[in-house]
Amino acid sequence: MSNTNLLERRAVVASLLKDRKRTIAVGGLGASTYDIAAAGDHDRNFYLWGAMGGAVMIGLGIALAQPKLPVVVITGDGEMLMGMGSLATVGLQKPGNLSIVVLDNEVYGETGGQASHTAATADLVGIARCCGIADARALATMAEVEAFALLMQDVSSGPRFASVKIDSANLERVLSNRDGAFIVSRIRGALGFQPI
Amino acid sequence: MHARADTPSENAQSWPEDIFGVLQRFDVRQVPYVPDAGHSQLIERVLGAPSMRAVPLTTEEEGVALLAGAWAGGQRGVLLMQSSGVGNCINMLSLTQIFRFPFLTLVTMRGEWGEFNPWQVPMGSSTAGVFELSGIKVLRASSPDEVREVVEAGAGQAYNACTPTAVLLSQRLIGAKVFTK
Repeated sequence: MSNTNLLERRAVVASLLKDRKRTIAVGGLGASTYDIAAAGDHDRNFYLWGAMGGAVMIGLGIALAQPKLPVVVITGDGEMLMGMGSLATVGLQKPGNLSIVVLDNEVYGETGGQASHTAATADLVGIARCCGIADARALATMAEVEAFALLMQDVSSGPRFASVKIDSANLERVLSNRDGAFIVSRIRGALGFQPI
Repeated sequence: MHARADTPSENAQSWPEDIFGVLQRFDVRQVPYVPDAGHSQLIERVLGAPSMRAVPLTTEEEGVALLAGAWAGGQRGVLLMQSSGVGNCINMLSLTQIFRFPFLTLVTMRGEWGEFNPWQVPMGSSTAGVFELSGIKVLRASSPDEVREVVEAGAGQAYNACTPTAVLLSQRLIGAKVFTK
């Protein structure tokens, strides 16, 4: 697929997290975790190196536990497709502080660039809206991404969903730490919770 | 063998109330579930509890991920499902080892003790094995008078020792589902 209007994924994620304040960011398995790491390591980053299809539900668990904190899940189209039912679960719970951003390159980039369903038929924005996430939109410009980043700070008007069509070029991996116990303990520590 | 009640009001039992009491004492806040007749009385109690958030799921693996997020956010949770749902969770159960978080699930058993539906038997037969291979401790309650202490022990080791635990609630306890009168 060729499209000259595609956004660059690292620029999108850097923009989403630039003024993140107290935001907790969950990255889905694959390139979106590298994008979050590239924007700068942070004690409120929740990196996933597995559990494909689980990113939105992890975000929902945090959002329900911490309703006054902005929570953003940044994931890819393949990861989102595997956890599509979780959009229905979010639509039912309606957490005001949860934002979901899908970086949609229409391919499984980690595994050789095989086409995903969004390349041809699946419309994730439509799916999210039909699951009860009323604020579901496509972001096509960096100005729209910046506006969405501001909106993410509003913890009462979510849940919201955004799909960003991005360039499918495979960028150099920026590896986050991948010790799950460390990642979770660090977030808990940042929120003031002690180890057991 | 006794018959399984289809609705809580048909035949209220005391053991679901025991479970609810244990969950309250352990300050469980998020309760994801895929409905099962055996859990219906407990689900009703959770839905009516201001301190708990009931989260209906589309598939059970969502609940494993939800509880990981809940723990990161400072809350305890418990996943309610039936034995056939355990197979839907397998890859997501990795999170219990990766995050070493206090995972507790209460599983109503099908496919044993007078089962009518053969389709329930394969997964019901492998439920405990799947958990054990996934690094999750398995406890079982088979009679009403032991439910409280088994669930209490499961909750204790899950929440106090971060030892992922599944409590199987036997079909003998719940009653086999009746398809023909």
